[in-house]
Amino acid sequence: MQAAVVTPRARQWRAYAIEAKYESVRMLRAPAFAGPFLLLPAGLYLLFGVLLFGSEVAKDPKTALFIFMGFSIMGVMGPGLFGFGTIVATEREHGLLQLRRALPAPLAAWLLAMMLMSMLFVAMVMVSMAAVAPLGHLHLTAAHILALSVVCVLGSAPFCALGFLIGSAASAKSAPAFVNLLYLPMIYLSGILFPLPKSAEWIAHLSPAYHLDQLALAAIWAPNSGNPWLHVAVLAAITVAFTALAVRRIARQG
Amino acid sequence: MTNTKIAELAAVTKRFGNVLALDNFSLAVDPGELLALLGPNGAGKTTAISLLLGLARPDQGSARLFGLAPQSMAARRQIGVMLQEAALIPELRVAEQIELVAAYYPDPMPVARVLELTGTAPLSRRPYGKLSSGQKRQVQFAIALVGRPRLLFLDEPTVGLDVQSREFVWEALRRLIAEGCSILLTTHYMEEAEALADRVAVIAKGRLIATGTVDEMRALVVRKRITCRTTLRAEELLRWPDVQTVTTDQHGLQITASNTESVVRRLLAADEDLHGLEVASAGLAEAFTELTQEVR
Repeated sequence: MQAAVVTPRARQWRAYAIEAKYESVRMLRAPAFAGPFLLLPAGLYLLFGVLLFGSEVAKDPKTALFIFMGFSIMGVMGPGLFGFGTIVATEREHGLLQLRRALPAPLAAWLLAMMLMSMLFVAMVMVSMAAVAPLGHLHLTAAHILALSVVCVLGSAPFCALGFLIGSAASAKSAPAFVNLLYLPMIYLSGILFPLPKSAEWIAHLSPAYHLDQLALAAIWAPNSGNPWLHVAVLAAITVAFTALAVRRIARQG
Repeated sequence: MTNTKIAELAAVTKRFGNVLALDNFSLAVDPGELLALLGPNGAGKTTAISLLLGLARPDQGSARLFGLAPQSMAARRQIGVMLQEAALIPELRVAEQIELVAAYYPDPMPVARVLELTGTAPLSRRPYGKLSSGQKRQVQFAIALVGRPRLLFLDEPTVGLDVQSREFVWEALRRLIAEGCSILLTTHYMEEAEALADRVAVIAKGRLIATGTVDEMRALVVRKRITCRTTLRAEELLRWPDVQTVTTDQHGLQITASNTESVVRRLLAADEDLHGLEVASAGLAEAFTELTQEVR
C-alpha cells in the first residue's frame, strides 16, 4: 500500500493564495460586474446628500451623518449579496462547482477568495464615500474613517453569507432577481435610508443592515441604539448560520 | 502495488425520484487498467461516475476510492477528472486555469509540461471563454492530467474533438497507462474502447450486463458480418435461416448472420454474379447494440 499522500501546509496556503489571486484576476477582467457596486453608493450620496438636500443637511449634522451612513451600508451590502449570489449560482449551473467538488479543491479556499474580493470592493466603496463626505458637510477624522471602514469591511460577511445561500439554491437566471427581492426591501425595512414609523421599528431588528448601521455608528462614537456586542453577535450568527446552510446544500446537491 | 481496487462500486442502487438510475450495480477498476464503461444514453454511466467521485451518494451499497470514501480529500488528491458538462472559468487564460487546478494537488506537473503533453501550448495565453468547444475539451483534459493522478475519470473525453486531437488524446492516454495510471472512461465511440480499453463493462438501464476484454465482448455475440453486391433482394434474404439483419448501403448489402458459412454458400449458389464478398467479425459496436437490446 502506498503511503498516504500528505500535502504540506505550505502547499495548502499556496492553494488559498492562488485561488484568491485568480478570483481577483477574474474580477478585473469583468469590470462591468463591479462598476455599479463601486459607483452607486457615492453617486446616490452625492445626489441626495449634496445636490437635493445639501442645504438642509448643512444645518443638521445628525441628518448628514444618517444619510452618509445609509448609503455606506447600502454599498457594503451590494458586493457580497450580488457577488456571491450570481457567481455561486452561475458556477453551479455551468458545472464548475461540480468539478471543484470532484477535484481536491478546498471549498474554503474558494469561499475565502470570493469573500476577500467582496471585502476589497467594500473597502473601495468606503474610500469613495470618504472622498465625497466633505461635500455633504460631514467632517470625519482619519480615525473615524478608518474605524468605519474596518467595521464595514468585516461587516460585509453576513451579506456574503446571504448571497452564498441564495446562490446555492437559485438558478443563474433567477439569482439576481432573488437578490434584488431581498436587497431593496432590506434597505428600506432596516431604516438605514428612511426612518421607519415608530410602530414598525421592530422590523429593523430583523435585518443585518440595521445591526451593521448601529455598529458603524458606535465605531465612530456617534449616538446609536442597542449594545454593540449584541450587534456583533447577531451579524456573526447570521454569517455562520447561512454559510453552514449553503455549504450543506452544496455538499448534498451540488 | 497491492491488488487493492483503485475504485469500486459494490452493489449500489441509486434512484432519482421514480427513475432507477443504478440497480444493484457493481464495478471495480484494477490498478493500471483502462476500463471503458459503455452504454446507451441514460444507461447510468454518468451516475456511476458521480458516485465514485463523491458527487452523489448511493441509496444502497458502497462507493470507495482507493479504499476511502470518495468525498475524502486524501482520495480526491489521487484522481484527475474530466466531466462531460463542466465549464471552466471563462475569464482565465488556459495556462492560468491549469495553474489554479495544479495548486490543489500535492505533486503536480509543471504547467508547461501539461501544455506540451496535451497539445494545448499554442492556446496557453487565450482566455478559456474564447476557445472553440474542441479546444475547451483539450484544456479540460489538461486539467485532468495536471495532478499526476493515479486514477483518471474521463466522461466522453473525445466528443467534439477533430480526428487529430482525438489521436493526440489517445496517445496521451496510452502513455499514462504505460506509466501505471488507471483510467475509467465512458464513451459512445466503440472505436475508442476498441483502441484503448483493456476491459469493457457494458451498462444498460442501470445494470451491468457484461464485462470482459474487447475480444471477449465480441465473442459473446457470435455474429459475423457479410458484405456483398448482389441482385438478390433484402426481403428475400431476411427469410433465410441464420440471417439476422440485412441493410443496404453504398458497399451493397450488409448481412449479419450466426452461421456465416451456410449463408455464404447459399448466397453464391443463388446469385452467380455476386461480387465484392467480404466476411468480418462483428465489431464492438454490433456486440454492444446486441447486448443492450436484450435488456430493452
